[in-house]
Amino acid sequence: MRNRSRFLIPVLAAGLLSAACSGGSGSSTPAAPAGDAAGGGAAAPAGGGAFPRNETLYTSGTQWGPPANWNPLREWDFATGTKGLAYETLFMYDPNTDKFSPWLAESGDWTGDLEYTLKLRQGVTWSDGKPFTADDVIFTFELGKMETVPYHPLWDWMKSAEKVDDHTVKFTFATANHQEWANHLYSRAIVPKHLWEGRSEDEVMNGVNEKPVGTGPYAYQSHDQDRMVWVKRDGWWATKALNKDVKPKYIVDIVNSSNEVAMGLLLQKGLDLSNNFLPGIANLVKGNFGIKTFYDQPPYMLSANTTWMWFNTAKKPMDDKEFRKAVAYAIDTKKIVEGVYGNLVKASDPSGLLPQWDKYVDKNVTSTLGFSYNPDKAKQLLADAGYKDRNGDGLVESPSGAKISLKLIVPAGWTDWMEAARVISSSAKAAGIDIEADFPDYNALVDVRNQGKFDLVLNNDKQLANTPWLYYDYLFRLPVQKLQSTTNYGRYENKRAWELTQQLDQVKPEDLPGMQKIASELQKIQLEDMPVVPLWYNGLWSQTTNGAWKNWPSSAPNTPKYPPTVWRNWLEMGGTLMLTELQPASGG
Amino acid sequence: MRRYFGRKLLIYGLTFFVAVTINWMIPRFMPGDPVSSMLSRANVAQPAAVEAMRAHYTAMFGFDLPLWQQYLNFWGALLKGDLGISIWLFPTPVTDVIVRAVPYTLGLLIPSILLSWFAGNRFGAFAARRKWLDNSVLPIGYVLTATPYMWLAILLAWALGIVAGIFPVAGAYGFDLQASWSWTFLGSLAQHWFLPFASLFLVAFGGWAIGMRNMITYELEADYVNYLRALGAPMRLVRRYAFRNAILPQVTGLALQLGVLVAGALVTEIVFSYPGLGHLILQAIQNQDFFLLQGAFLFIVIGVLIANFVIDIAYVLVDPRTRTGMGGTA
Repeated sequence: MRNRSRFLIPVLAAGLLSAACSGGSGSSTPAAPAGDAAGGGAAAPAGGGAFPRNETLYTSGTQWGPPANWNPLREWDFATGTKGLAYETLFMYDPNTDKFSPWLAESGDWTGDLEYTLKLRQGVTWSDGKPFTADDVIFTFELGKMETVPYHPLWDWMKSAEKVDDHTVKFTFATANHQEWANHLYSRAIVPKHLWEGRSEDEVMNGVNEKPVGTGPYAYQSHDQDRMVWVKRDGWWATKALNKDVKPKYIVDIVNSSNEVAMGLLLQKGLDLSNNFLPGIANLVKGNFGIKTFYDQPPYMLSANTTWMWFNTAKKPMDDKEFRKAVAYAIDTKKIVEGVYGNLVKASDPSGLLPQWDKYVDKNVTSTLGFSYNPDKAKQLLADAGYKDRNGDGLVESPSGAKISLKLIVPAGWTDWMEAARVISSSAKAAGIDIEADFPDYNALVDVRNQGKFDLVLNNDKQLANTPWLYYDYLFRLPVQKLQSTTNYGRYENKRAWELTQQLDQVKPEDLPGMQKIASELQKIQLEDMPVVPLWYNGLWSQTTNGAWKNWPSSAPNTPKYPPTVWRNWLEMGGTLMLTELQPASGG
Repeated sequence: MRRYFGRKLLIYGLTFFVAVTINWMIPRFMPGDPVSSMLSRANVAQPAAVEAMRAHYTAMFGFDLPLWQQYLNFWGALLKGDLGISIWLFPTPVTDVIVRAVPYTLGLLIPSILLSWFAGNRFGAFAARRKWLDNSVLPIGYVLTATPYMWLAILLAWALGIVAGIFPVAGAYGFDLQASWSWTFLGSLAQHWFLPFASLFLVAFGGWAIGMRNMITYELEADYVNYLRALGAPMRLVRRYAFRNAILPQVTGLALQLGVLVAGALVTEIVFSYPGLGHLILQAIQNQDFFLLQGAFLFIVIGVLIANFVIDIAYVLVDPRTRTGMGGTA
């Protein structure tokens, strides 16, 4: 008896294993069969106490953890929709058309060189019924006087915010930073003075602010570890004033878990809008799965930010601009765009400015100084600057004879970036430059990056906004501090560039030639000195389904063109307007 | 009796102290600074503003104090029941985060541990007496118990979730529902619970079944069994004696297996995005949330120690020899 069973074990085990293996490989291919098979899986039909499917908008892609606060000042970790659905801003800004539209404000004008007058809309009320007035706006900006409030630096150049009457505010400045001010006008969420007054600095910055009272179209409904639920509120001012109405009664934002889960929910049409990066989504868009993106062909998505490669210019040989240029010519960006991303992203312009900022790019400068993938040119540049391969290993040494071996760091687990880093490494090696891809943990990476202990690092911190000044501030800000935690990671010091950046800040947004002139000079410096290499534009990841809602923003004619996203700080760039354009998929 | 439990409690106390100290140390030896990464997510442009925030949060979390001071403060706060504030889910207190996650983890662990233990032992004892079962089904037990939890979980999710479409593969209840005492909600809860439970249950079940089957075949060949048989005792009675003897090592095994089972539950939760402690621990590590990590580990340490203590008591009840041993000394 024992003998027989011993014989049976391997047979059975092998059988199970082979069955399991074929199962494993099946699940890793794009989930083609999942669509029809998993029909009613996760999203069970509505029953008692449930959200009716035809009145609910399911979104995902913003939250990486349970909703933890509804504090609009915490612009990096508030629950999805805190700013945009509950709290609102003075203006809306549409990056695709570069237009500001008055929102809580009715109008705003520079009434002097250093004076800006803001007229507020009448008849706006907070969700507790109290009227919205000039006091609320002044109070919000004055919160910035607290040191730990992120917009505290505004008060370095703003002198005062005064009330003229109940619906007029006058701001006076020490320096008129027009570009930055325009950004503040659509970025700052206005909070109600009558509820926030008397809160300590700690409560203002670190308060949970449960049950937010805002002016926006939605109110807090409930939340759990894996979701945030908003419910439409009666009496939103824009319904009367602008004849705009948000269509979904409920918005359920689902906390990100994994790509597989997001993909599964999308295919089951349990998710209406996914703002996750889903590799391989192009195949699903082309196939007949009912999933749509902004464009129906490459790059499929609008662009949201640029991925830059920073050189640590405080280290040898990255302090040599000829070496930096050689590296720029050695990177095969096309291979990243096609091989790593499957054309979901776009290769960057040599200036690094996003496509929406194309009008600020001086084509004369980028065509003469711009770089492109050209290994021969890279080798030529290296040879001219004295970088030679002395020991015959195919990799160059520095003019002094020192070995060059650099590390390009990207966070572990960011698989697309890791793959891109490998491409950079191999194409640089082909040109004779020894660059290794290295994947430290995110926190460790932040540490070495801020302290300037890296060689090369990829970064895309700065998002699309109303002004390219933001990117130049990111590239050239001086002085270099002990810790460079948000800008100029490469510790690149160029006084002229920083002066120009500050000048750009003071140009009025309407003055396009003025902006172009300074931007052109900055582009010249940037391309001649190459402190960073712009690589590709990351997409405004957005996949939509039309099971419950239609009329999504897209490049097709007669559709809205707003950015289709609920990401933090994007609702005031059109996300809220997208909600007013949605239509129920069935009937009217 | 008092001395037996006194000694046990002393050992548990020491284990607790050492484990908690190690839990406190591990995150602090990880590279990186949690305040830095929190601020880098904050993405504030002006360096001056960032510096002010850094100073504020470093002081708030007490990272500016010398390590020994931080350690003493940690024990001080712990004894008051304060586990600190989560950095990842700022500003939620760690206790709240854990209290919300624990029901899900316990809801998976307790049924899967107890049911797999009872069912596995019963089945193993049963299979030991049936040749055809012993030959065909027990090998499956071997495969099951050798399967990594995560792998079986992925397999189940793929087969029953994606292909068959019977069970959902993520979350604790449907995204279109709200927590309430309605049948729809409870049904959804059960539906989401089943797959993670099943993957834990199956792996553990295989292990217990094999263990019991081996014990029973061994016991059935023991002298006392032969003697009973020779006396003409009914087979039922013989088996009952054998089962009682065979169960003792299984109780010990349960105590030893607890840690493994908890680890398995953590991995399973991650696969099914089930909002329990496992999910939290992964996020806490990724976000360098010292306090959440400490809190979650603390809960696990306490849980495992309590379970072991319960098993110790159970042992006294099932094994008369322990009682005699204690009787002699107490």
